[in-house]
Amino acid sequence: MNYQYPDERGHFGKYGGRYVAETLMPALLELEQAYMEASQDPAFQEEFKYYLKHYVGRPSPLYFAERLTKELGGAKIYLKREDLNHTGAHKVNNTVGQILLARRMGKKKVIAETGAGQHGVATATVAALFGMECEVFMGKEDIRRQSLNVFRMKLLGAKVHEVTSGTATLKDAMNDALRHWVTHVRDTFYVIGTVAGPHPYPLLVRDFQTVIGIEAKQQLQEAEGRLPDVAIACIGGGSNAMGLFYPFIEDLSVKLLGVEAAGFGVETGKHAASISAGSPGVLHGNKTYLLQDDDGQIQHAHSISAGLDYPGVGPEHAHLQDIERAEYVSITDTEALEAFQKLTHIEGIIPALESAHAIAQVMKLAPTLSSDKIILVNLSGRGDKDIHTVADALDVKL
Amino acid sequence: MSRIETTFAVLKQHRETALIPFITAGDPDLGVTAELIQTLAEAGADLIELGVPFSDPMADGPTIQFASERALAAGTTLGGILQLVTDVRKKTQIPLILMGYYNPVFCYGPERFARDAAAAGVDALLLVDLPPEEIDEISVAMRASGIDLITLLAPTTPSERMKRLAATAEGYLYYVSMTGVTGAQKISPKDIQPAVEKLKGLADVPVAVGFGITTAEDARAVGAFADGVVVGSALVKIIEENGQSEELLPKVAKFIIELKHGLTAPTS
Repeated sequence: MNYQYPDERGHFGKYGGRYVAETLMPALLELEQAYMEASQDPAFQEEFKYYLKHYVGRPSPLYFAERLTKELGGAKIYLKREDLNHTGAHKVNNTVGQILLARRMGKKKVIAETGAGQHGVATATVAALFGMECEVFMGKEDIRRQSLNVFRMKLLGAKVHEVTSGTATLKDAMNDALRHWVTHVRDTFYVIGTVAGPHPYPLLVRDFQTVIGIEAKQQLQEAEGRLPDVAIACIGGGSNAMGLFYPFIEDLSVKLLGVEAAGFGVETGKHAASISAGSPGVLHGNKTYLLQDDDGQIQHAHSISAGLDYPGVGPEHAHLQDIERAEYVSITDTEALEAFQKLTHIEGIIPALESAHAIAQVMKLAPTLSSDKIILVNLSGRGDKDIHTVADALDVKL
Repeated sequence: MSRIETTFAVLKQHRETALIPFITAGDPDLGVTAELIQTLAEAGADLIELGVPFSDPMADGPTIQFASERALAAGTTLGGILQLVTDVRKKTQIPLILMGYYNPVFCYGPERFARDAAAAGVDALLLVDLPPEEIDEISVAMRASGIDLITLLAPTTPSERMKRLAATAEGYLYYVSMTGVTGAQKISPKDIQPAVEKLKGLADVPVAVGFGITTAEDARAVGAFADGVVVGSALVKIIEENGQSEELLPKVAKFIIELKHGLTAPTS
């Protein structure tokens, strides 16, 4: 298998592309040019590696979850500990890469959209590190759910815009970030948080996140002397999953399993499972699977996890689904909550609700596999930010 | 000659600038939109841009976002808008341009849309988020049905790109007067004049200017050098404030007459 995507126009098969207003088009072409040069420049790569090592704290450990493995009684389970990164999730890998690119392009201001607030915090963090102005767009509903992250961003010096349009969640935050960008495109760099949006974002975010899969592959080689049988990650936009999957794409023996949020259940219509239950369409600069009605109006997504509460998915996942290189399943709010508690109890690791979706899938899959099989799962973030949501769901007053 | 070409040719003879109002179809409902089209045409509009509502209007400011929300709440669909065009075509030959975002057209099916839109009497399509880089996927179907694809140019468009896009433009060129969303700021006519003059030199089609034109004074100032002026948010605001009231049509007519007056006076 020779996997060469995206093509030079930013397409992953039928998906991806650059569906933006003319005002933004020159900025995207400039970004593409700058990124192509940076990715060929050893000095840029060295700088990126330097900050990943000394600032983010990479490599993140690959941890053999022995008690969870024993409890489930099947395949061996390895956790890629992105929760141990500075700022508590995989998001910072990407924001370090993008801020270095922004600096290289001479931009002084950055903007970002955020759902759970992890990407907003990760952007505000690197903006503080490099002394750049930072504005973050966040839905009113998510501000309520993630007040801790909102305060963190403010402490880091970022301005947080409350987005009240539409459903007041991640998709609307992205609309408003795009509106702001179109107005300030000449001096502002848009730090997109996932492998979505117009080309070259799905490409460059993937590239910045592949450090996850590259490390995990090498660490598992050292621990077990072989490849995993299954690699599992949760999918909102899909950046932690692309980061994990990409280095394994040509290793066909490795099954790639993406876990979407089924919310109250896919059959209820209240979910965020764009691949499992959506259809192709165009939103936020790219063509991909979307939750939409027959007229192409985007529908509300629902998930207990603010970071998965998005009615679309990165275009490369749409392509991997179509060519059947990856498989996509979904996990309900209830299943994710159970997994959240299970991992906390049994391994002393509080996962982000996003990552708990991946753990829930592990809990379903591991018992069906023999003990000589290996599951590699991306523990994409830590769950401190979700404590209030979980307490609410469990009817506990804090 | 297409309806758009004929319209601009006649205006040129009379040394007039085209007045191109924008309204969101289905705001407050399609019945009122039909009446509004009639009123706009009778009051002096030369072409009409009909907004196709979308749930995520990323290039629009609050005024047109809310109009989109009202239209969708009233149950407006692309199919319903094509039926509306079919009906109003029996009464008016004013050029009608559907303007909006790509996804509703993509989901309708570009080939099916081209066929149905042409049959209904739509003259052109302007998709804000379908740039030249991606236009190939619908251009063959639109061309086969005689639907013009309107090209947008922005202040950020580099010179070379402007030249290339102007050379292949259909219908008219839409110059976005500022970097920003619709309805956000006021236009500064003298700042955009050089770009518009340059575009007119590059293009075989007329050049219309939109974004930030809110008063008859703005329209007159821009009309002095542009071939057409687009007025959107200011008009949509009148519709927002007067909804289903009996005042709506007279107020809209009055505004259009004022705007058109500035474009017919012998200033050019």
